[in-house]
Amino acid sequence: MRSRLRRDIVVGLILFFVLFFLPTLFPKPALRDFLIYVIAYGLLAMSLNLLIGLTGLVAFGHAAFFASGAYTFALLMQSGRTSIPLAMLAAIVGTTVLALVIGAICVRLKNIYFSFITLAFQMFLHSVILTWVSMTGGDQGLQGGIPRPVFFGIDLNNARTLYSFCVVTFVLCLAIMRQVSESPFGYTLRMIRDNPERANFLGVNVVRMKLGVFVLSGAMASVGGIVLALFVSGAYPEFGFWTTSGEAIFMLMLGGTQLFLGPLAGALLLEALNHYITIYTEYHGMVLGVVILVIVLGLRRGIADSLFAYVTRRRRGRRIDDVKRPILQPTKNEPA
Amino acid sequence: MLRVDNLTKSYGGVKVTRGVSLDFPTGSITAMIGPNGAGKTTFFNLISGHVRPDAGRIVFDDQDIVGLSSLEIVRRGMARAFQVATLFPSLTVREALAAAVISHRGHSWQVLSRFPLQSARARVDELLDLMGLISAADTLSSILSHGDQKLLDIGLALAMNPKMLLLDEPTAGMGPDERWRMIEKVRSLWEKQRITVLFIEHDMDIVFKIAQTIHVLKYGAVLAQGTPDEIRGNDEVIEAYLGTDQRLSEAVGEV
Repeated sequence: MRSRLRRDIVVGLILFFVLFFLPTLFPKPALRDFLIYVIAYGLLAMSLNLLIGLTGLVAFGHAAFFASGAYTFALLMQSGRTSIPLAMLAAIVGTTVLALVIGAICVRLKNIYFSFITLAFQMFLHSVILTWVSMTGGDQGLQGGIPRPVFFGIDLNNARTLYSFCVVTFVLCLAIMRQVSESPFGYTLRMIRDNPERANFLGVNVVRMKLGVFVLSGAMASVGGIVLALFVSGAYPEFGFWTTSGEAIFMLMLGGTQLFLGPLAGALLLEALNHYITIYTEYHGMVLGVVILVIVLGLRRGIADSLFAYVTRRRRGRRIDDVKRPILQPTKNEPA
Repeated sequence: MLRVDNLTKSYGGVKVTRGVSLDFPTGSITAMIGPNGAGKTTFFNLISGHVRPDAGRIVFDDQDIVGLSSLEIVRRGMARAFQVATLFPSLTVREALAAAVISHRGHSWQVLSRFPLQSARARVDELLDLMGLISAADTLSSILSHGDQKLLDIGLALAMNPKMLLLDEPTAGMGPDERWRMIEKVRSLWEKQRITVLFIEHDMDIVFKIAQTIHVLKYGAVLAQGTPDEIRGNDEVIEAYLGTDQRLSEAVGEV
């Protein structure tokens, strides 16, 4: 147990230092910008995996919380009355409340019904963003940029400082998510994923546990939205469109849902494809489609999961195929 | 421990439980038998809160538990193992037991500590020992043998520190040796842990050997109840249930 904690800390530190010093080794602004996108969407994908991979709740509307974080943060900063940390905190708390309300309705539903009601709430939020023009700027998005006042001597107008701030925030969120998934709460969620009915007969309050992870996951997704809003200096309705949720699910399919860092690998891959394919070809959707098909049909699971399965098989000679669930498989029926 | 009065349940006009009244004294071990479709599993579902009865009273530990959720009933000390062992495929035996112990102690919400909690370790080792699963402790529960899965299922129920244990066909699908091993386990749990046990069983050898009391259900109603000797000599039971199967009546005759 102690050694697993130590391993987590070591992996976290390695990740931190690699991300932190990559732009020092390759001092191109393009790389830095790319990595901030990976961080923002990585947070979205990893928070979604708390629902899909850990709890077996396939949420289709996760970008709602991404957008909620981005817009709340951006609007607060534009009001000119708050500092960046305060606005971040308020955006996270605001999204937590939103997730609590949406979650309280959604987690009572199962399987495809759960998936679609989360999607419905997201499209509702998206419509609000589009129609409430005076507040959100409608389909133009929030114009006029986001001011970045200096706080605690940190000036986020400096691109390198902004990047470092994003990395610190990212690793902090990862540490929180990792701790939660390795805690008694995290293992109770695994019970619910594997067999909610049996968990219920073992004294687990399935609905409340699901609501708990739903709220946490929404809060973490909002941090992704905040990072992106801070970086692009604005917020756009696409943040809350269903394609953004779709991308997060693609990231899980590409990276895998079993390993904690799998979704991050997926985010890295998808963002790389998004950024670099467009440089070489205008048929970027086609290349993306082919890559996804190859991975889904060829590997039948995410890259990180395949790698993990391969290594495990080599090391222990044990098959884990029959144990690990395929991507996006609905969970068993559970008691009402 | 448990008393059921006039319990009734219908599904769309089909009465699956008809005015069942039964008493399960504290510390007793009772078998429930009856042909397929007699309503044995439905009875379990009713008393464990999984299904709500249409009428009747269920008094568990001096409290009326009709209308309580299965969650609340488990927390009051009625645990259940299933006909088909229902486990947590991605957890090892040890992890599953630890998660159950943590749930029983109300620690499921802890996010700042690491799983498995140090405080749960002793209890998990005790349960592993009790169920004879020490050698399989670090095996994923999905690749356990059938018998070990059934043992783990009961172990999970025991993690709830139950006052009463409901076992739905503990020996279903087992070979003869495994079957006796399991039933010895059940008997020793009953003797040593002082748990009130109610089990459904089809094997008459087992029923007559370990049950103090036998309740016979047919078409959702109580056909007979009594000690093994009384049931064995009950013509109605032999005709209605045992008599339909030559092999079974022979088995009864031999005991």
